[in-house]
Amino acid sequence: MRFGILVFPGTWSDQDCYHAITATLDQPADLLWHKDSNISLDDYDCLILPGGFSYGDYLRAGALASLSPIMGPVKEYAGRGGLVLGICNGFQILCESGLLPGVLLPNVHLEYRCQWTNLRVERDDTPFSGASSKGDVLRIPISHGEGNYYAHADVLEDLEKKGQVVFRYASHDGAVTPKDNPNGSMNNIAGVMNARGNVLGMMPHPERCFEDLLGGTDGALVFRSLFESVAGRAV
Amino acid sequence: MTISKEALDEIALSEAEYRRIVEELDREPTPLELGMFGALWSEHCGYKHSRALLSLFPSRSPRVLLPPGEENAGAIDIGDGLAIVFKIESHNHPSAVEPFQGAATGVGGIVRDILAMGARPIALMNSLRFGPPDDPRSRYLFDGVVSGISWYGNCIGVPDVGGEIYFSPTYANNPLVNALCVGLIEKDRLVRSAVGDEGNLLLLAGADTGRDGIHGASGLASRTFEDDREMRPTVQVGNPFLEKTLIEACLEASASGHLRGMQDLGAAGLTSAAVESASRSGAGIEVDVSNVPRREQQMNAYEVMLSESQERMLLVVAPPDERPIRDMFGKWDIPCTSIGRVTGSAEARIYDGPDLVAQPPIEHLTNAPRYRLEGKASEKQLAARGYPMGKIPLPTESPAEILSRLVSAPNIASREPVYRRYDHQVQTNTVIAPGGDAAVLRIRGTTKGIALSTDGNGRLCYLDPYRGGAIAVAEACRNLSCTGATPVALTDCLNFGNPEEPEIYFQLEQCIRGIARACRVFSVPVVSGNVSLYNSTQDQPIYPTPVIGALGLLEDVTKHVSSGFDSDGLDVVLLGASEVRGRARDLSGCEYLDLVHEMVVGRPYLDLRLEQKVQGLCRRAIGEGLVCSAHDSSDGGLAVALAEACFSHHIGFVGQFPVLGRWDAALFGERQSRIIVSVSPGHLDSLGAIADEMDVPWTVLGRTQSKRELSVQGYFNVALDNLKEAWQSGLEAHPSSS
Repeated sequence: MRFGILVFPGTWSDQDCYHAITATLDQPADLLWHKDSNISLDDYDCLILPGGFSYGDYLRAGALASLSPIMGPVKEYAGRGGLVLGICNGFQILCESGLLPGVLLPNVHLEYRCQWTNLRVERDDTPFSGASSKGDVLRIPISHGEGNYYAHADVLEDLEKKGQVVFRYASHDGAVTPKDNPNGSMNNIAGVMNARGNVLGMMPHPERCFEDLLGGTDGALVFRSLFESVAGRAV
Repeated sequence: MTISKEALDEIALSEAEYRRIVEELDREPTPLELGMFGALWSEHCGYKHSRALLSLFPSRSPRVLLPPGEENAGAIDIGDGLAIVFKIESHNHPSAVEPFQGAATGVGGIVRDILAMGARPIALMNSLRFGPPDDPRSRYLFDGVVSGISWYGNCIGVPDVGGEIYFSPTYANNPLVNALCVGLIEKDRLVRSAVGDEGNLLLLAGADTGRDGIHGASGLASRTFEDDREMRPTVQVGNPFLEKTLIEACLEASASGHLRGMQDLGAAGLTSAAVESASRSGAGIEVDVSNVPRREQQMNAYEVMLSESQERMLLVVAPPDERPIRDMFGKWDIPCTSIGRVTGSAEARIYDGPDLVAQPPIEHLTNAPRYRLEGKASEKQLAARGYPMGKIPLPTESPAEILSRLVSAPNIASREPVYRRYDHQVQTNTVIAPGGDAAVLRIRGTTKGIALSTDGNGRLCYLDPYRGGAIAVAEACRNLSCTGATPVALTDCLNFGNPEEPEIYFQLEQCIRGIARACRVFSVPVVSGNVSLYNSTQDQPIYPTPVIGALGLLEDVTKHVSSGFDSDGLDVVLLGASEVRGRARDLSGCEYLDLVHEMVVGRPYLDLRLEQKVQGLCRRAIGEGLVCSAHDSSDGGLAVALAEACFSHHIGFVGQFPVLGRWDAALFGERQSRIIVSVSPGHLDSLGAIADEMDVPWTVLGRTQSKRELSVQGYFNVALDNLKEAWQSGLEAHPSSS
């Protein structure tokens, strides 16, 4: 399985994703430069849009990167059903590109937050969460200033009805409460996918917890899910 | 003499210094030349009052890779072909004027110091001091500084792994903002800040040059002010996005092997970067300011040469390498322009198009005057130090009440409301995050880890600058030892008032001597640093505040411990004392005395030999797996240290030790050289045996328990949850004015 990791100016989780993928899956990954509008993405089984401050997040988080040359091929790739995972700033870029519904507003308390969060797995039948079970609580950290998920009432209702919410902020025993919502996201949404189920955006950073030395290994489940999904598809 | 005193004041030069410049040039300087002298002879760049004293620091060890003082930061060999580069620097005056941008550009500046060595920045820390948080202006400065650090540091993708924050009225008008950066590099790839041979080209990469920050070094950082607010235009504005791309481009350039030298543009901008690099190579330079890309119209040569616009680097290349280097920066959309070349003359020739506007000899520019003054202790300080401590009455409050007040006091309360605003995990190396005694990072690709800590107690340095300086070193190293790491090097930021006053010069000299003494005992060199003087407003100087940044090494990063108790039923042992006895002198300068008795008096005490042995024992016990946690007893004393050790995993503690002497001094006094460890099951005897073998006093304090209570028999028994809530909300209990 080959991963493509997009690099925009200001991206900083590219290397972290690279290490997490190679360490947990022992699979190849390439860094893809944002200016490459003619790139062929056919060789990749999954694209990752990592965290960071692409273009400084000037104007609006993810807004400028969504217009970057490489995003044309990325949209075509997603349109063909290719797997796309956006983490943190990558989630913001996917929303700004229209590949995911909704938008990420500044955190409700207007502060940046870097802390561990608990995520309740809402779906275990997606390529992003198949290695976990519905109802599992994963401990994965966030690090963002604009992660407050917002969508219009009808969009939100539609998302919930179609089961597009994959991860929700929760307590350590899986209760979804306002107290466990670190940024004010509607319905405690931490990760959401498109209707087709091949594009997921999540604010927490799974690439930050794939070994005990770093305080946890739950993030590896997200990468393992992708791997199992692709391996299963190939068989 | 043809120059007015006002003009000299503007650049902080004295009339005698001006006369020396005229003598050395054998003519009147041009306006630009005078500006260049003012900048390079400022305290900030030229260390006029501190250079002679700084030479007292030991600066060599087998691990020190570069001659001290010659480069932007110290470089330490950690084995495996790798080096750690690190330095701490102040941005106090800009932060007093404009806290958000002042602190943000402080982060940016120290990152470029590390980058200039070719090293990837892998960690940041901050040591901060403010006035009381319930004072609206201090709260505004505190919020602004934290927001600025968060904004800049988070954007550039370098984890902020810790530091310290203290509050005292003495810092109300002079907040301290010291930023530390750590870099990692293969040791044979270290880049020098030099210009190499005649004919090499000088390239300026990064931001366009504007009028921001002119006279930052000579003005803001080198004299005192009645009203800082009027200086706002001299504060620079940061662009962390550009800094992030600059980091990547400079590292690519450095890895390409095409660079002959690299230097960041910090204090005194292009003047200092170009002149100091040339000086290190014994060469001359020629710069044409008309080639420098500008942010504003009609800037003159003076403004271009002295601008402190951020996010700029000076690169030195041989002519054939100009194209590949410029292409690399082009890839990142960063302007990179040839602005001059290296010459065989001994001068810094500055042209503005065809006009030669300055040609000062480099030797004179870089040879700032050095002053050695006579220091004298102030009567006030001597009186405070000599206070009869035995006359301090026992408190009327109960031990439980005092414990609760202490854990929620601004100087002790949880720092989580601050550090959760800093990304402390990016780069995925953070093993111990902020909140412990020291941060620990693993070094990828090796078994090793590094530990980092900052420390500096202004109150103790005020009472006894010599001992306070030594204690700063002892505590910073003790914090490292509490993780299991061996201290290998220090960086220091010396924050003081106006050194031209004898009382302040005395503090500076004594602190430096105390630091130097402790360094010798612990065999750790000072490899980099910075001096921030003139931290004084309306004749109110700050407490003398040397901040020590300490670097420790763990050969096996998996053999580290944290500060908190992690399970119940463990024996808890105090290393460094054979009993818990409170003596009046243990109250000297402690937080309890300040908070409850509202007194800052007494003479702090440190036994360096005992300190060294206690730390050695702690490291050995961790290395041999005898202990599960280690936490030093510092602010708030033994009782607060026990409470802190309980908080992280909600583990309780029952203390069954006799309290001898004064109970307030025993429980809340800040006697040095004590570490609280929880012992791995079955290892109490082995720990005792090696403590005896190493001649370190020790005593059993009690046991951890699953019941969420913290008790010391006969003194207090408090519910941990309530105490923890008081600790967690302590910083927030003073609501923001904004």
